Amino acid sequence: MKRREFLKKATALAATAAVPGPSVINSAKAQSRKETLLIVSESGPNNIDIHGVGTNVPGYEVSWNCYDRLISHEMKDVNGTPYYDRDKFKMELAEDMNVGDMSATFKLKKNAKFQDGTPVTAKDVKWSLDRSVSVGGFPTFQMSAGSLTKPEQFVVVDDNTFRIDFARKDRLTIPDVATIVPCIINSELVKKNATEKDPWGLEYTKQNTAGSGAYKVTSWVPGTEVIMERNDAWVGGKLPETKKIIWRIVPSAGNRRALLERGDADISYDLPNKDFVELKSAGKLSIVSTPYSNGVQYIGMNVTQPPFNNPKVRQAVAYAIPYQKIMDAVLFGLAKPSFGAAPDAPTQVAWPQATKYNTDIAKAKALLAEAGFPNGFETTISFDLGFAGVNEPLCVLVQESLAQVGIKVSINKIPGANWRTELNKKTMPLYTNVFSGWLDYPEYFFIWCYHGKNSIFNTMSYQSATCDAFIDGAVTAAANGDKAKYEADVKGMVDTAFADMPRIPLYQPYVNVAMQKNVTGYQYWFHRRLDYRTFVKG
Amino acid sequence: MLTTIGKRLLTVLPTLIGVIIVTFLLTRALPGDPAAYFAGPAASKEAVEQIRVSLGLDKPLPEQFIRYVKDLTQGNLGNSLSTGRPVTTEIVSRLPASAELTLLGLILSMMIAVPLGILAAVKQGSWIDHTCRVVATAGVSLPVFFTGLLLVYVFYYILGWSPAPIGRLDAFTSAPPNYTGFYLIDSLVTGNWETFRATLSQLILPAATLCIFSLAPIARMTRASMLAVLASEFVRTARASGLDGRTVIITYAFRNAMLPVVTTLGMVFSFLLGANVLVEKVFAWPGIGSYAVEALLQSDFAPVQGFVLTMAVLYVLLNLLIDILYGVIDPRVRLEG
Repeated sequence: MKRREFLKKATALAATAAVPGPSVINSAKAQSRKETLLIVSESGPNNIDIHGVGTNVPGYEVSWNCYDRLISHEMKDVNGTPYYDRDKFKMELAEDMNVGDMSATFKLKKNAKFQDGTPVTAKDVKWSLDRSVSVGGFPTFQMSAGSLTKPEQFVVVDDNTFRIDFARKDRLTIPDVATIVPCIINSELVKKNATEKDPWGLEYTKQNTAGSGAYKVTSWVPGTEVIMERNDAWVGGKLPETKKIIWRIVPSAGNRRALLERGDADISYDLPNKDFVELKSAGKLSIVSTPYSNGVQYIGMNVTQPPFNNPKVRQAVAYAIPYQKIMDAVLFGLAKPSFGAAPDAPTQVAWPQATKYNTDIAKAKALLAEAGFPNGFETTISFDLGFAGVNEPLCVLVQESLAQVGIKVSINKIPGANWRTELNKKTMPLYTNVFSGWLDYPEYFFIWCYHGKNSIFNTMSYQSATCDAFIDGAVTAAANGDKAKYEADVKGMVDTAFADMPRIPLYQPYVNVAMQKNVTGYQYWFHRRLDYRTFVKG
Repeated sequence: MLTTIGKRLLTVLPTLIGVIIVTFLLTRALPGDPAAYFAGPAASKEAVEQIRVSLGLDKPLPEQFIRYVKDLTQGNLGNSLSTGRPVTTEIVSRLPASAELTLLGLILSMMIAVPLGILAAVKQGSWIDHTCRVVATAGVSLPVFFTGLLLVYVFYYILGWSPAPIGRLDAFTSAPPNYTGFYLIDSLVTGNWETFRATLSQLILPAATLCIFSLAPIARMTRASMLAVLASEFVRTARASGLDGRTVIITYAFRNAMLPVVTTLGMVFSFLLGANVLVEKVFAWPGIGSYAVEALLQSDFAPVQGFVLTMAVLYVLLNLLIDILYGVIDPRVRLEG
């Protein structure tokens, strides 16, 4: 047999042997394909109830779409992308909200029904909020961020009227009611499935949706897929166009990209930055990039131990960070810089905002000499391997750059499972991490990350009476509506934080979402996950 | 025969007890705090403690161990935190996925490697011998995730012949009713040809990946043991008696060369079953290996213990099966307790 003939035959053989793939789709399938959104992502939920023990972030997405809250946010336009409006609320299960001085009263929509057909009553609302402040863990913590801590604060006025009594004046109370946690649950259904050991029925809601939301979970195979179908009786808003959501877990980033490019998947949002840049320039898909609201990737320094207990050393490090290299080589430009503001730029009443630091090796050396470390020192930088794609090259660049000022850095990679434990110990001298808050207020960020009451996010153990006074002042001023004092205090806390530099802000990461061109309706939410209710497939 | 099997199984008990103790201690000795992990990013110290208590991780180790063993005797492997379901359910639903893939890969590999090995031995030094060597070396030196990604790239991304690598079935085909958990068998039994075809087309690439990887040990072992047998006196006698080449090689030589091959097959199978994590990751296969690794990364103890235990039991059963096969292949081998 001649070589050419052989090759011809072999190719023909291979072509016939290959089983026809998705190209053979019958018409019923094509129809359902049109009304279905196929989402692929790296990981899936471990629990579909946000009140559950250890529910992970993908689980929040299910909760957001399958349950309703009393209120939600309106949208505004930010750079062409619909973006939730922090200050404008829209009614979801409530048809009317009346915020008084020390309480808020909600009238429920009369025709609202849970997915099993029972009407939504104020009793259900109270039970659900009681549950969120009682189960402990993350939900209770999130509620307390809005001064919602006790069941007594939740009052049933009549079947359709519900009241929240404020524990104290707090600007964050109403926004907190619009987060994912205070979702309204079908109390009778869950109580039926509760046991003595599990009075809140967490075991039941872990696997079953019991809400009034726009979607219900019809099948869930952990680690493989979640299938959600539309609840046609939804009254929380405009009925979604998409009838069915199929969410497949595809661990390999390369395959998620291939699926998008071949047109087999409709949406994916956790791809490496490099892929997003390439997809964007290829132009076959629509790519939306939005900076994290109230979120910053930073380099933290433990201020309780030498050498980082010296503010001069911290400033020196801040001058020795290769900011622009990180933006270009690690993030491929997909992030918003938090450095390099003009030297004369006034401090803004906003967070995140850019520091005035730039890479300046000479200045860093001078500061180090002033601090008594003319020859540098040795230290270790730690990062979370769970996000190694960004963290590892970032730390290598920092290591390289700090070497120029004599600081010898070794790199400590910490597995994802271990990261939080290490962070909570607050003993790592130098590390990189991200913090981002659901409630987009500067003082909210600062309470967690800079306040001397030393929450677990104050990973640097930073203590400053000046900064604390500004933060507390801003919180009180916001509650009392004292705008001038609020603005002065916010500027004060930002200035103090940037002068003391216990943590060096690097950039605001982007949420990157890649969609087929015929998919529209993406909205950016504070929780950064997808809201299926507005997606339309053309 | 049955009593010997029973005796054999009895000797396995100490091994299993050892496995239970070691995995329990090892998972506890791992760095990482499941309570902190599952308390979520925004948890306070108190929240972490609350979770620790609700998981029973605040109890002393011996007490945790006694509780674990007690649950085990009732067939309860505990609950997985990362997927929120009982480990037993997870393993029962995931093991067939891995087994179906691994078996198909192994069968493919056998169909290629055994004839290749025999031919290489019979025609030692010929081009087929060299092909065998090249194929085996290439297969074993390419990491599976690389072969997997390469196959996906060529057959899915470029050529579009293969379906999207998103697991056992594409998103729009429903799974067959669950009898054995093997989709190929279940769909055949119910006569659902569409599902059968969909399953098979999803299986081809990952099975081929495993096949390429496992060619080497099987082909080399077949070749080596055939060479040894072909050089022995009874083969020479058979040839001298004028038997034709085919009979000599297949009936006399190969049958005698099969013992080491079967041993290798058993080893390769159990190795692949646990080690095809990477293939499972590349093809989003809901198998047991990726489940265990995922659990390990999240310090989710129960699934890791369940996985190791299941693997130990499987390994024991497989060894037993191979020993029985020895007796069938070569009556001189006696199964002893």
